[in-house]
Amino acid sequence: MSTTTAVNARTIMYREALNEALKEEMRRDPTVFVLGLQVAARGGSHKVTKDILEEFGPKRILDTPIAEASFTGVGVGAAITGMRPVVEIMFLDFSMLILDQIINQAAKYEFMTGGHGKVPMVLRTPGGCGNGLAAQHSQSLEALFYHTPGLKLVMPATPYDAKGLLKSAIRDDDPVIFIEHKQLYMTKGEVPETEYLIPLGKGDIKRSGHNATVIAWSNMVPRALAAADKLAQEGIEVEVVDPRSLVPLDKELILESVRKTEHVLIVQEAVRRGGVASDICSIIMEEAFDYLDAPVRILAGLNTPIPFNLNLEKHCVPQEESIVVAVKHLLEGSEP
Amino acid sequence: MISKELLAMMYRQIFMIRTFETRCIKLYRSGAIRGYFHPYLGEEAIAVGLCAALRKEDYIVSTHRGHGHCIAKGASVDRMVAELLGKETGYCRGLGGSMHIADVATGNLGANGIVGGGIAMGVGSALGASIRGEDRVTAIFFSDGATNNGVFGESLNLAAIWNLPVIFVIENNDYAASTPLEISTRDCDLYKRAAAYCVTATQVDGNDVLVVYEEAEKTVSQCRAGKGPVVIECKTYRHQGHHVNDPGEYMPSEKLEYYKKQHDPLDIARRYLLEKTEEAKVKAIEESVLKEIEEAVAFAEASPEPDVQEFLADVVRKYN
Repeated sequence: MSTTTAVNARTIMYREALNEALKEEMRRDPTVFVLGLQVAARGGSHKVTKDILEEFGPKRILDTPIAEASFTGVGVGAAITGMRPVVEIMFLDFSMLILDQIINQAAKYEFMTGGHGKVPMVLRTPGGCGNGLAAQHSQSLEALFYHTPGLKLVMPATPYDAKGLLKSAIRDDDPVIFIEHKQLYMTKGEVPETEYLIPLGKGDIKRSGHNATVIAWSNMVPRALAAADKLAQEGIEVEVVDPRSLVPLDKELILESVRKTEHVLIVQEAVRRGGVASDICSIIMEEAFDYLDAPVRILAGLNTPIPFNLNLEKHCVPQEESIVVAVKHLLEGSEP
Repeated sequence: MISKELLAMMYRQIFMIRTFETRCIKLYRSGAIRGYFHPYLGEEAIAVGLCAALRKEDYIVSTHRGHGHCIAKGASVDRMVAELLGKETGYCRGLGGSMHIADVATGNLGANGIVGGGIAMGVGSALGASIRGEDRVTAIFFSDGATNNGVFGESLNLAAIWNLPVIFVIENNDYAASTPLEISTRDCDLYKRAAAYCVTATQVDGNDVLVVYEEAEKTVSQCRAGKGPVVIECKTYRHQGHHVNDPGEYMPSEKLEYYKKQHDPLDIARRYLLEKTEEAKVKAIEESVLKEIEEAVAFAEASPEPDVQEFLADVVRKYN
């Protein structure tokens, strides 16, 4: 809540906030351009690139064929040679087609060249489930990018964060994987009229509390906040910590909250096995063990592909109710 | 008509690549150079003929077999040897090695450890130049092996639909690592694939530097004039296996002998030069190259190793 109030704020949608960020950066810097599938004439499958073609013309926003590996590679090459491309991959799942360009090329370029080459590129893509889009359009794959040195990884939860972080991501000299969430595109929030930036690596306390810390990002943030409201009615004050960017990770903000509440639940939509939550858990164990009053708990997606049936889908990822239950278990010390 | 000076410059570069690699292979055999080393021996005329038609500000994208491209685009051999030795003074400060030498300052986006990994990047540098309204072209070097990778077809298509100034240079040396081309494709004339994307293409003798240069010259001006991408297939043959430790037993000895003894790009270039220059001058070029390479080796050997503490501090600062 700390960062979202401004004198002249309006309420706009997450996707509109992203659209504003793109346009502002494109006005500010002629090297910023956008490419992806149906981003120009149609304004993007999720409407994030709406009206950009009209304002900036076809040199600054390009519709591509369905050729993810190569148009992402085009972004990498343009970035190396002085541009700041923003590449849109229609669904995070489709980024599995571009792993060579991201993991072998973009992530390592600056390193392999001894620091004289840079890849200032942003890859925007929506992840997550909730619409019955089934197993190949619903994944939360942030762990793959989190695992790869050389990439930054941003997962905003609110319109305010989405705008401020996308602007910083575009100005960053490293490749940034910017994972949006399908369920968040139409959500609304306050966004100032005036320009602002949110630095990568700076988390946000989305709600203050002293009984337990819930660490959540992307679409798990609104769920954690809704769960916190319910718990507050029972006298349990939960602190919701949103790292906002997973790489770099605001460890200090997390540890500070842990030291205060002494109880931690990490909520992630991605499958449990090999996830970011496990890594954050290990950081807490190594750096704040003495402060803990109970074992760190993780509430994560089940180790399964996402089913099509909506009711089944709902049972595969954390929901408001399951977060409420998990916090109670954490505080009661009962079995998860 | 090609000038004597240009011919001398191209011969010097071919001789430079040949000497650089021959000398570095010695260092490799002595154990001083580690890792993978993919020699460009036998293919030198392609990089040299092509890059001679480029301007300094034009871009190239190279491959794992990339030493020749680096030298032809203007890299310094001292920093190259230093990189192969893993030294702090190398192009990548010892972090990249043979397969990752890049020199953005001379327009070289870099070698690449992934076959086909750089092709799309080259389309990107061309797109960037086109957005900025510059007339820079990009030459993308890749092998016959890469043409069977999906990203080749995708990239050719992107360059075609956006009408970008890209020269796709297929270095057709008959092998994808050790796999012969004839079992990898139904038609070994790879330039023909361009027709499916409505891209102009030619096939030339990649061992003849004049042939490569003349085709490149024509092609580069076509690209620069905004007429879109082109494909040049350069037929060639390696002088040895895929890398230094590959004896290349699968390469038929008669064919290998032909390419080494009767159709060697170095001999061909030397003959051309001798038609215009007396032998003493050619020898003087060779002497100066030999000296430059020995100085490069001395520089590299005397250079410091990367500092471990500094490296570890960089890792923490940059990646955590």
